[in-house]
Amino acid sequence: MAKAKYKIVVVGGGLSGLMATLKICEAGSDVDLFSYCPVKRSHSLCAQGGINACMDTKGEHDSIYEHFDDTVYGGDFLADQVAVKGMCEAAPKLIKMFDRMGVPFTRTAEGVLDLRNFGGQKNKRTCFAGSTTGQQLLYALDEQVRKWEVKGNVKKYEFWEFIKVIKNKEGVCRGIVAQSMNSMEIKAFRADTVIIATGGPGQVFGRCTASTICNGSAVSAVYQQGAHIGNPEFIQIHPTAIPGSDKNRLMSEACRGEGGRIWVYKDGKPWYFLEEMYPAYGNLVPRDVASRAIYDVCMNQHLGINGENRVYLDLSHIPADYLERKLGGILEMYSEFVGKDPRKVPMEIYPSVHYSMGGIWVDRLHHTNIPGLMASGECDYQYHGANRLGANSLLSAAYSGTISGPEAINWAATGDRGSEITDEELEAARQACVDQFESILKMDGPENVHRLHHELGDVMNKYVTIERVNQDLDYCLEELKKILKRWNDIGVTDRGHWANQEAMFVRQLRNMILYAMVVTKAARMRDESRGAHFKREFPTRNDERFMKTTIVDYNTETEEPMVSYIEFDHSLVKPRPRNYAVAKKE
Amino acid sequence: MAEQNKQTVTFIIERQDGPDSKPYTQEFEIPYRPALNVVASLMEIQKNPVTKDGKKVAPVVWECNCLEKVCGACMMVINGRARQACCALIDELEQPIHLAPARTFPVIRDLLIDRSVMFESLKRIQGWVEIDGTWEVKDAPIQNPYTAQTAYEISHCMTCGCCLEACPNVGPQSDFIGPAPTVQAYLFNLHPLGKFDKEKRLNTLMEKGGITSCGNSQNCVQACPKNIKLTTYLAQVNRDVNKQALKNIFNK
Repeated sequence: MAKAKYKIVVVGGGLSGLMATLKICEAGSDVDLFSYCPVKRSHSLCAQGGINACMDTKGEHDSIYEHFDDTVYGGDFLADQVAVKGMCEAAPKLIKMFDRMGVPFTRTAEGVLDLRNFGGQKNKRTCFAGSTTGQQLLYALDEQVRKWEVKGNVKKYEFWEFIKVIKNKEGVCRGIVAQSMNSMEIKAFRADTVIIATGGPGQVFGRCTASTICNGSAVSAVYQQGAHIGNPEFIQIHPTAIPGSDKNRLMSEACRGEGGRIWVYKDGKPWYFLEEMYPAYGNLVPRDVASRAIYDVCMNQHLGINGENRVYLDLSHIPADYLERKLGGILEMYSEFVGKDPRKVPMEIYPSVHYSMGGIWVDRLHHTNIPGLMASGECDYQYHGANRLGANSLLSAAYSGTISGPEAINWAATGDRGSEITDEELEAARQACVDQFESILKMDGPENVHRLHHELGDVMNKYVTIERVNQDLDYCLEELKKILKRWNDIGVTDRGHWANQEAMFVRQLRNMILYAMVVTKAARMRDESRGAHFKREFPTRNDERFMKTTIVDYNTETEEPMVSYIEFDHSLVKPRPRNYAVAKKE
Repeated sequence: MAEQNKQTVTFIIERQDGPDSKPYTQEFEIPYRPALNVVASLMEIQKNPVTKDGKKVAPVVWECNCLEKVCGACMMVINGRARQACCALIDELEQPIHLAPARTFPVIRDLLIDRSVMFESLKRIQGWVEIDGTWEVKDAPIQNPYTAQTAYEISHCMTCGCCLEACPNVGPQSDFIGPAPTVQAYLFNLHPLGKFDKEKRLNTLMEKGGITSCGNSQNCVQACPKNIKLTTYLAQVNRDVNKQALKNIFNK
């Protein structure tokens, strides 16, 4: 019997969206795949260091349980443990799949996959392709999806922007509205299930390690349509990035995994402060811990290089040919952008906004609270709790696609989808977006949209990153409300209907401001310190009050976020204090 | 360029309102700052889209994503050379800096171009490993680490199009699919599973637009921002295609 054929809309063509697409095609259904860019240029390709999976090929007796426990412990006991367990169990199989697809993983002399150390784990568990692992994994999925495109199962809408979902009268998601970024045509699309896989919200912070397309706009749009946001206050600050005025460029954790050391001068001598503060893990403490230490050394102890907010990341003691083989690509990038050779002199780095542990709330099958709408990849809140371990993001992106894809078919076949959406309903949703876009084209106030975005980034970077203070967060919320108001005073200089990037950015910016409020409000309400969320007045973890998932909902009247908390499953590993100065105890 | 004025940076940008419109140029001046690159400069222009002679204009349209030279999006012609704009540092460029779209491809608007032809070529050369499915099958084959290293080098190709823009044989006068997709065929022929379809790929490259259209001008290898040894692999493909052609004759 032929399988029933469904139409699934996937928004976002990074690792998660492409993985879901493959699964849907293999189940015999069709995908309309929407992306800001050719999917081969998605942000997954910026992941450098590797992907975690217990391959246990280094004689260290690594185990899936150890991977699971490291992830839960590294996430400071805020991740759904059953979900994490599923991910860690699937990881080795995923690696074999990628290997068959032709990912050029770095290999040992006998031709099997090499493994490297990474932060927050004591065993070698990170598979890698030089220092461009994300690029190589993304390309493999891009190639496989191209095969299905040739077969006719995938229709790509590249250079199309998702605007919003369309719900039927029972509130079930039955389609989306999207806009061509070239012709500016706005169209409604029917779907049996919609998967949002649009990545992180880095651009809400302006300067970050994310691509310019990672603006969180789609996540904010579905939040405004009723989707819960989970744990948005947990924003990962990567300890080692090259500060820049256009973007902070990532310097992979693999540098430290391969022996790189962090230091500053103290009393005229190099001070390897991470090694001194955390003897058990040294330079390989998790990212939140390393970032706070660097922040403290620069801001409180004033020991940054030349008094600036910089510390050294040093590889110069490692043989150049070893570095070339293990880290080639990124060292070249440092040389190119900074003009100094990291094989010879220490690099200068500082922490930067990098990743969002939080995002759209989903259940273990990646359904959001809006029936028919799913989310997977960085845009969802699953798997990482309060802090993500390095090399777990490529894993969670790919793994979540293997869950959301098949489940999208399952929902299409068996879900309670209510009434069919009518042509009139589709047209009404489309027309509302057309009206909104036309009104943006008429905006003629004094504000420049890009300068306003810059201000948004400044405020968020200043108050909602490494160290948070309630009074500052209150101030920040007020500032965000002002920025939201000033959004109305934007003037567009381009009023045309052809490749109008400015008008689209105006629409995105409003979504970004509203999401900034979500992050800030959730940070304000969580009076404890856990993982990436550190609050000066509450420096310790408070399991009794806050070992709960933050849920943020949109108040349609006030446009403000409403924060509540729900329980989650932590039945497998009993919470214990995190302390990276000593070896982990189970 | 110590002799240049360090206070400001001047750009002469070739603009075009739509695919069928006539190109024109506009001059912009932005404040200098250290480590400035071309993408950061275009972002500055967005914040204040006013030409050097004080005319308020629509901001310049271009494509960019990663700003780390891995996504391939921001390729454009900078002072006459096709390259990624994100890593084109102002300190290393002669001023005024000329920006133009890569006209080997259809222009959509300003510096934004349509490179879909490259992705179509990847379909043509069957640029994937034919796996049975994403499900578990068995262990993946062990690979020679040296071959894997070659594959890794070629797999850096970000489909940016620099090599097509630089190649004199890519254009309306020829059907040549260009260096990048041709060398991608070689990549898949290297893989222990991918090579099962080697004959198919080589036969495709025997057809119109394939390897015989390569004129060996060697511009591509100089243009490649990822330093892929394109000419070396094009030569390999040429040899493999010739061997396949002979095989085809004798096996008839």
